[in-house]
Amino acid sequence: MNRRKLLQAIAACGVPMLVPRIALAAGNATADYGRLLVLIELKGGNDGLNTIVPFAAPAYARLRPRLALKREEVLQLDERTGAHPALQTLQPLWQAGELAIVQSVGYPQPNLSHFRSIEIWDTAAASDQYLSDGWLARVFAAHPAPASYAADGIVVGASDLGPLAGTGARAVAIAGADQFQRQARFAAARDAAGRNGALRHLLKVEHDVATAAARIGSTHVFRTAFPGGPFGDAVKTGCQAIASGSGIAVLRLTLGGFDTHQNQPGTHAGLLRQLAEGIVALRAALQEIGRWQDTLVMTYAEFGRRPQENASLGTDHGTAAPHFVLGGRVRGGLHGAAPQLDRLDGNGNLPFAVDFRSLYASVLEDWWGVPSSAPLGGRFAKLQGLLA
Amino acid sequence: MKTLLAAILLAASILFATPPLAVAAGASMGEADARHLLNRTGFGATPAEVAAYARLSREEGVRQRLAGFSGRPQVTPPEVAFEPLHRARQLGEEEKKAALRAEFQKGAEIRAWWLQEMLQTPSPLSERMTLFWHNHFVSSQQKVKPARLMLDQNLLLRRHALGNFGVLLHAVARDPAMLVYLDGATSRRGQPNENFAREVMELFTLGEGHYAERDIKEAARAFTGWSVDRETGTYLWRPQAHDDGEKSVLGRQGRFDGDAVLDILLAQPACAEFIAGKLWREFVSPQPEPKELAHVAVRLRETGYDIRAALAVLLSTRAFWAPENRGVLVKSPVDLVVGSARTLDIRVPDALPLAFTVRNLGQDLFAPPNVKGWPGGDAWINASTLLARKAFIERLLRNERLVAPMARADGVEMDYEQGSRQQRQRVRDLREEFGKGAGRLEGDARLRMAQALSDIRFDSAAWLAGFPDHAAVARALLPVVPVVPPAADLQGLALVRTLALDPAYQLK
Repeated sequence: MNRRKLLQAIAACGVPMLVPRIALAAGNATADYGRLLVLIELKGGNDGLNTIVPFAAPAYARLRPRLALKREEVLQLDERTGAHPALQTLQPLWQAGELAIVQSVGYPQPNLSHFRSIEIWDTAAASDQYLSDGWLARVFAAHPAPASYAADGIVVGASDLGPLAGTGARAVAIAGADQFQRQARFAAARDAAGRNGALRHLLKVEHDVATAAARIGSTHVFRTAFPGGPFGDAVKTGCQAIASGSGIAVLRLTLGGFDTHQNQPGTHAGLLRQLAEGIVALRAALQEIGRWQDTLVMTYAEFGRRPQENASLGTDHGTAAPHFVLGGRVRGGLHGAAPQLDRLDGNGNLPFAVDFRSLYASVLEDWWGVPSSAPLGGRFAKLQGLLA
Repeated sequence: MKTLLAAILLAASILFATPPLAVAAGASMGEADARHLLNRTGFGATPAEVAAYARLSREEGVRQRLAGFSGRPQVTPPEVAFEPLHRARQLGEEEKKAALRAEFQKGAEIRAWWLQEMLQTPSPLSERMTLFWHNHFVSSQQKVKPARLMLDQNLLLRRHALGNFGVLLHAVARDPAMLVYLDGATSRRGQPNENFAREVMELFTLGEGHYAERDIKEAARAFTGWSVDRETGTYLWRPQAHDDGEKSVLGRQGRFDGDAVLDILLAQPACAEFIAGKLWREFVSPQPEPKELAHVAVRLRETGYDIRAALAVLLSTRAFWAPENRGVLVKSPVDLVVGSARTLDIRVPDALPLAFTVRNLGQDLFAPPNVKGWPGGDAWINASTLLARKAFIERLLRNERLVAPMARADGVEMDYEQGSRQQRQRVRDLREEFGKGAGRLEGDARLRMAQALSDIRFDSAAWLAGFPDHAAVARALLPVVPVVPPAADLQGLALVRTLALDPAYQLK
């Protein structure tokens, strides 16, 4: 094994490059769902190279003669890495050490279809493996949230349950608080004992909806001002559900529109601005109710985008990309490995350095204290030093 | 000669099985059994159909159901689907986008066409089996793109829907949509693509555990050369791409081509067992009973994969008619939507809106989620889909018109910010009902959607007139007793709505 291969192997194992190794509390027998997980899906596939920008890499400017951001445009993170200027509102979090950026997150044999690739992420499957339950649904099937909770997880701003889909989780989707309360009248909490399998499942789902509807309020008044638009609304709805008190373990939010095949610059900047402002409001609101220290926020997406820009001033489907991990207990800084623009695959796409299932393993073991190998279908090395 | 004889026998069986002429040999099955047979082998049934089957014995009922098969659709497929294909490589970026938008519109049309066929067909079993094969030999427009190829595949599946599985398998393997979907079209000697070879064993014939990785690699070589003419969208044999060397598949050696490999798969006992198990879960219950299932598999093998013969055995098993297997299957979105319309005699002159409804409920026709198809069963129901199902039923049965207040010619989706408060509410309702996709319809298709919505009608008085009491209405709508029995004084549309909103209505 030569030196480069060794480095790649180390990076693939998720060993930190910049952050010293820290001993973490051993996993408890019961899951600590007092710790909230907020997942933000960047639907459509975010252009990682123009989000966390390798401005010093000559290949970056060469592959993107029109789209590349210049050194003087980006928010400089270190001597070769910068952030898109639309992420400016996240700067206080970066400076407070609450924002970790995990670079080159992906998986082997990447699939370039939106449909299939998000399914791989949602179910934590291998590229050639078809699983029907989401990875969080499998976790909750084995380790349910306390019965007093409104739900294991709620989904705001999308109708698919994503990682919460499956028969094992108590999960509800809230397109909007009003619509949910309106539709929830169709559901009632009834006894399912003595019913056949299918009817038992139906009654359980109705029960979950009715329970969540009764326990999730929409009345908490925050001093925090939430940004306008659908994503800001979703953040607000989610924060109200958290504030209403009876508990949820997961909030999944979706920001759509990242499939920027053409005229990317304006669209992408707008999306990143919404993302950053939404995260800032989420943090402020959760600080207001004293929950930020117990919150972990993580972004994910089906894939990044192709390094080579296309002829329409946009980018096509790619593979590995950076993702954000934020929270009061996160060790900020750059994690993972910088994009390897000199090692593109046959489709002109980036190799990955951190398997997304390593991120999931970190959440399960270091955030909630539950074993990760059963729900993830194998052992994936945690990202050391991501959480304090 | 043989075919002529078969045709005469078929005609005779239809003639003699038609209700007015039928003389019940065994005991009449009665309405409950008739509903069970019709719901499981079709999509709901009108009171008149139920009454006609109720007079037959179970055996006669099954025979009549199987005899009604037609391999051709009643509703003429949309013309746009027959337009020539675009050659994507020759198009500019803007043209490419426009071509994709056009395929989306055509996709909506073929979805509407198929649902219309399901609503109107005199042989619902043909549609159920076509849908069954669509979810077995999965291809998706998401990857295939041209709507025409998806339509061609649908016509192929329905031709063989109750015919011979072996013939169907050979035909599907050369089907252009399948060749695109599972990458056969680009597979060639030296660089065989294993996608089709893997799925044909795992999902189409044998099931996991009945082959080795090496069999896949060898089979993939045999399938090279089967390709698609991108100009015409038809099957194309490319001899120069074919690997005609020696292969070893499931213990047999030879210079196999694709057809030879398919015959090797069909000769495996596991194949008939795999197909029989899948038919059982579609028609009978989530858990096959091994002994009775074996009869179905044996029949399939003995007849050289005659699907109709296997179904005749399956529908005659004790388990199919057993009281404990009533109401144990979850209705698919198509069952729910098409079944409601058929059972309640709801007038749907144009099924376009229903294409978006079933998609919103998780069953986008011509676009199953992955090569394994819709998982079905309990997986149809989660907090989102259950509420969306009930919202659909509530709206359908609110006042005899689907979405009367929204269906004016102001279109399906307008500029959200510009609209009045009422208009915004309408858009919200539409999104809630149909999902965001409906908003992508353009021009005439939007107007068509609005018109189609306002044309959906339910005449509750006429429908209810056939039932003597509450209990009879409940029996007509639910496979098991209601979870919440309706109040005794409930009448008319409100009674129908209450029963349809009962959890038991989601079952069949």
